[in-house]
Amino acid sequence: MSGELEGLLVILCLNTIYAYGVFLPAASGQLNLGAAGFITLGAYCSAFVNSELDGLGVSAWMSIPIAVLFTAAVSFLIAFPILRTRGVYMVLATFAFAEVVAGLIINLEFLGAAQGMPVDAHMPFYGLAIVTLLVALFCHYLMATRCGLAMRAIHDDESVATLFGANVRMIRVWAFATGGALMGLGGALYGHHFNYVEAQNFNILLSIYILLYVLLGGTQTAWGPVVGALFFTFVPELFRYLGRETGEKWLEDGRFVAFGLIIVIMMVIRPEGVVTRTLLERITGGRRRQPASPAAAE
Amino acid sequence: MDVVLRVSRLDKSFGGLKVVDNVSFDVTRGSRTALIGPNGAGKTTVFNLMTGVYPIDHGAIELDGRDITRIPARDRVAAGVSRSFQNIRLMPHLSTLENVMLGQHAQARSIRAQLFPLGFARINKWAEQAREALAKARLEEYPGQVVADLPYGIQKRIEVVRALMAKPKLLLLDEPAAGLNHQETGELQKLLREVSERGVTLLVVEHDMHFVRTLCERVVVLNFGRKIFEGTPAEVNADPAVREAYLGSNQSMGEAGHAA
Repeated sequence: MSGELEGLLVILCLNTIYAYGVFLPAASGQLNLGAAGFITLGAYCSAFVNSELDGLGVSAWMSIPIAVLFTAAVSFLIAFPILRTRGVYMVLATFAFAEVVAGLIINLEFLGAAQGMPVDAHMPFYGLAIVTLLVALFCHYLMATRCGLAMRAIHDDESVATLFGANVRMIRVWAFATGGALMGLGGALYGHHFNYVEAQNFNILLSIYILLYVLLGGTQTAWGPVVGALFFTFVPELFRYLGRETGEKWLEDGRFVAFGLIIVIMMVIRPEGVVTRTLLERITGGRRRQPASPAAAE
Repeated sequence: MDVVLRVSRLDKSFGGLKVVDNVSFDVTRGSRTALIGPNGAGKTTVFNLMTGVYPIDHGAIELDGRDITRIPARDRVAAGVSRSFQNIRLMPHLSTLENVMLGQHAQARSIRAQLFPLGFARINKWAEQAREALAKARLEEYPGQVVADLPYGIQKRIEVVRALMAKPKLLLLDEPAAGLNHQETGELQKLLREVSERGVTLLVVEHDMHFVRTLCERVVVLNFGRKIFEGTPAEVNADPAVREAYLGSNQSMGEAGHAA
């Protein structure tokens, strides 16, 4: 495997994990624009716990789970105030949270402040790939459970979900906290793969991209985040590659213009995301009978 | 008489507007009762108070001898009351089977039941139970289909099946026949009779008086939040207060029911 391809696959793995972190709350109807904040927390927590020189010097086998638990705990606690907000206000509240995290880290000397922090243990690509696979499997499983069913029901109509016995608040809090934990995991893995963390790398642009992976990929099924992350990771690279191969420099230089246009077009033609329930039914052949069958026409 | 639902002296105001005013009535176990009245009479509000959508100002609701007045909305379904809605409120992005399985939620509160992968195991007791209920309602055609694509009349019946999955003692139906054509109304009527024969008590808000007369054995009439009549469907047409509510005072012609 070429170094360039491996580098891309690493980004794909990380993007997929982040995307699942935003997907879990999104599947129950909550928009999280604070991905960068959770990623920062996970990355710095694992880096600090693992660091021989500046931190606790615990092995990465322990520091990564500790980072996940730490991010989960923080997400759980902030979920209560944040989930009191709705719609665009929730977007703003999560964004504000990410800004607070970034502001804190930049001012903490023992975490290297604005210079960032080196990370000791290295996580190779295959390790990342395995964890990504496990995260994807976990999310598929979760969405298939009754709990996942309740999440999707809450996304559609929370008052009816309540009337059928779902504890809407707790399900939302857990979806948000589990999502936070996944992003913390992603952040920790990022740090261990690149062996350096820097708060400025986890900025608002990253949060926006991750939310876009999820919304563009589709929030109805656990396939959405993978498709979204694949699309966002590879399409700009594809333009660059094509531009380089064909010698058409405008393709390479203008790739973000074209990419932006594609995003707009996708949102117009598939407002509910690329992967929807109906699409999956068509692919798997679950849509054997159309509503035009005799029973419906009676 | 075996009373399954006892509503006593129920009051509810929204701001200065009293929408339910001192309403009391009993519903007998296994009976089919209609709650009727002109638009804005407070029928749906009474349903919302029973299912805990709004808190109650005064009064009490007893279900099967248990006071459910103060228990939160999400626990009422486990207490034995479930409902359908005036406007269809199925989850549009869920399949028929999933919508029906949502009705089982209150029976699957344990961690184990919550973490059971319904979507992976095609054959499991929850899905079987849901399929069986759909088959009983002659809806087995569409288990995997996203409900948003299904015809209105079918969706209305799926709502009833979903409500039944909660194994209610009392099933509240809010205008189940509204918007249905003659044939669909017939199908629904048949389904509701079968449900009633299985021992579920029905309380129905409905404007279609023909539907009420053929289905229900007892009628409670509300007007401006007050109960103005309680009796059989045969008596309701003759009652002067009901006629006045529907037709206005000084009206003596016509049949009250048809104006509804």
